[in-house]
Amino acid sequence: MADRGTKMIKLRISRYRPERSGEPFDQEFTIPYRDDMVVLDALNYIKDHIDPTLTYRWSCRMGICGSCGANVDGTPKLTCALYLRDLKKRPVLIEPLANFAVLKDLVVDIEPFMEKLEAAKPYIIRKDERPIERGEYRQTPEELELYRQQSLCINCMLCYSACPVYGHDEKFLGPAASALALRYELDSRDQGSEERLAAVATEHGIWQCTFVGECSVVCPKHVDPAGAIQQLKALAATRLMKAMLLPLAPR
Amino acid sequence: MERLAYDIVIVGGGAAGLRAAIAAAETSRSLRIAIVSKVYPMRSHTVSAEGGTAAVLRDYDSFDGHGFDTVKGSDFLADQDAVEFFVRRAPPEVIQMEHWGCPWSRDPDGRIAVRAFGGMTVKRTVFAADKVGFHMLHTLFQTSLKYENIERLDEWFVTQILAEGGKAVGVAALELRSGTLHAIAAKAVVIATGGAGRVYEFTTNGAIKTGDGMALALRAAAPLKDMEFLQFHPTCLPGTGILITEAARGEGGYLINNKGERFLKKYVPEKMELGPRDILSRSILQEIREGRGFQGPYGQYVGLDLRHLGEDVINKKLPMVRELAEEYAGVDPVHEPIPVRPGQHYIMGGVHTDVRGSTGVPGLFAAGEAACVSINGANRLGSNSLSECLVFGGEAGRSAAAYAISQPAVGSNPISGLVKAEEARIFDGLLKREGGENLAEVRSDMQHTMEENVGIYRNGDSLEKALAHVRELRRRYERVGVRDKDPFFNTELTTTLELDFMLDLAEAIANAALLRRESRGAHSRTDYPKRDDANFLHHSMAFRTATGLRFDKLPVKITKWQPAARVY
Repeated sequence: MADRGTKMIKLRISRYRPERSGEPFDQEFTIPYRDDMVVLDALNYIKDHIDPTLTYRWSCRMGICGSCGANVDGTPKLTCALYLRDLKKRPVLIEPLANFAVLKDLVVDIEPFMEKLEAAKPYIIRKDERPIERGEYRQTPEELELYRQQSLCINCMLCYSACPVYGHDEKFLGPAASALALRYELDSRDQGSEERLAAVATEHGIWQCTFVGECSVVCPKHVDPAGAIQQLKALAATRLMKAMLLPLAPR
Repeated sequence: MERLAYDIVIVGGGAAGLRAAIAAAETSRSLRIAIVSKVYPMRSHTVSAEGGTAAVLRDYDSFDGHGFDTVKGSDFLADQDAVEFFVRRAPPEVIQMEHWGCPWSRDPDGRIAVRAFGGMTVKRTVFAADKVGFHMLHTLFQTSLKYENIERLDEWFVTQILAEGGKAVGVAALELRSGTLHAIAAKAVVIATGGAGRVYEFTTNGAIKTGDGMALALRAAAPLKDMEFLQFHPTCLPGTGILITEAARGEGGYLINNKGERFLKKYVPEKMELGPRDILSRSILQEIREGRGFQGPYGQYVGLDLRHLGEDVINKKLPMVRELAEEYAGVDPVHEPIPVRPGQHYIMGGVHTDVRGSTGVPGLFAAGEAACVSINGANRLGSNSLSECLVFGGEAGRSAAAYAISQPAVGSNPISGLVKAEEARIFDGLLKREGGENLAEVRSDMQHTMEENVGIYRNGDSLEKALAHVRELRRRYERVGVRDKDPFFNTELTTTLELDFMLDLAEAIANAALLRRESRGAHSRTDYPKRDDANFLHHSMAFRTATGLRFDKLPVKITKWQPAARVY
């Protein structure tokens, strides 16, 4: 397979095969190494040449589809955007994202996120819809800039894997869904603030966040979900204050 | 085996599939619609589109302008009635996306901004920085969550279109997380599974783009059209094939050779970097062949030079280009040219449809890259494909809705018998197979032979060779064993099924290319270097028969633009 003199690299991969055993186990693989290999290349090498049963998700291999997250040496990462040369430990340890149920090998169950995303009402809500024939809603570059950062979330789940609050409260709305709620809150075209804030400022919603900030550290797209949650808290608090002080005023 | 029933099943959750689902959902709230996708919709490859989506929005522009640019770009193989239909419907689709929240880039006055793009004579490409596909996909997906009559079957892999009496009546699909094959009854089925770039070795396409829907439709008696026309994008990162968007040139980037020259002045002097993709890709190959490429670890390449644009323009208009170049090529485009070379990007061909998305098989519709209407003919213009997903996704959704409403209710259990054979094929056949062949080897052999022999340039000999080799690979495929015997989330099984689909398509592509003895658009035959309107101004139609593929011709519809020499 590899010529004599080829550089090799050892990886330790956490496997989980529910058909075999209820317990995960580690398996080591030694593969030829190239300087421009990302972790995903290593997984693909193993699947194609050593063990086709290795199971993981991937598609775009350019950091935008959000499929290929895993914990590498303990940190949640997109495996397509992480070079082996940047990892110091040997063997490289590859585990499924933390805080999610593991389905098989590196594949985790993201259904809980899909429910949270839907609950955060991540779409434009209008009281009056302008007919298409009348053209676009005007939005200046400055107005766009207000929500642009939060619109960059690729739903890769690294933030949930890093979030200690989500780690002990699986009902917590969590970083990405909150950031997307804020993305629509800050959009000049949206008129759904009342129902969206009501949906996220709940018992398991944004108030649970203790601002550890790990989510923003691991976010590969610099969405800053931790900051987004703080902004949402401020918006929700302001709304609450207004409701108490001016019960009959338009909101 | 369990059974489910919907009015409409949409296979694929990218831009075309999601747009179809929303259009169908808005047609009638009583229709039950399922999006069946092998990945969660936000993973669909629409996400990787970068540059923009074309629509006539400005006073200086016209439908005839967009129409003619598209027809000329297609080397006169596009159906002009379809192009006229398309250009008129693109603007309201772009506005609709805006109303749904798509973060289009804006002019200072708040209007949707437009940028220049290859082959478009005026600025008409709408964009959201250079993450256009990403933003469109997430906008469509998030908007789809509002509709109660859209359900999703995420990570369900469709293995077969179920047909009865010549009509599509549902699909068989493998639910990955249970390992169960389901019969899903549907009055109408929409194919929106995207392209088939993974048939090639060097492609911008993600791993999921294995042409499943095209092969499914072919097996369900729908013809494939114009499969010989593959688009090779001029600017991909060597090694990975990662796309560097045409918007980089739309914003003013240069292509340079190893002498630092903007070599396109020799090939497309009028258009330079904004020439159409087929011509630019050939020009780059020519430059490399004549010894003016740069040498790198993954072969020769040319430079995409953005330095003169300045850091500010690059950050604002091309942030993803900078991100990708830094991350995957170790180059900061603010300071250095990006190494690029042509790579497979798009397939103009696909499931034959009319402008309403009908395939000719009752109950079966198709849209997006999986389909061929054709507005792209022999060469697609950049930024027409996202618009195509919106316009024809919407049309296919409405057509499927109208058809479903006209059909009688699905009976109690009409199709479970149809999937018995499919269950046996997959679980008793494929999953238990202990063959001596390796899946990855057969796949990379196919990719290599297509790359070598059915690439930017092809000829009779190379195509004969490719065809014979692909047929041999089909025989080898029958001996590919599956080692993972657990049906639960079995990606070895699904990649084997994907290879099965891709081998069908590789054969159709090579065979169609062999039969077209002319050069037109992206199809460059070195043995027939000229366009031949007298003999080949027609679409090629591939049908599956018991004895193999059968090919037929379909006339091109010409309305107002007579075929002329294509000079830029």
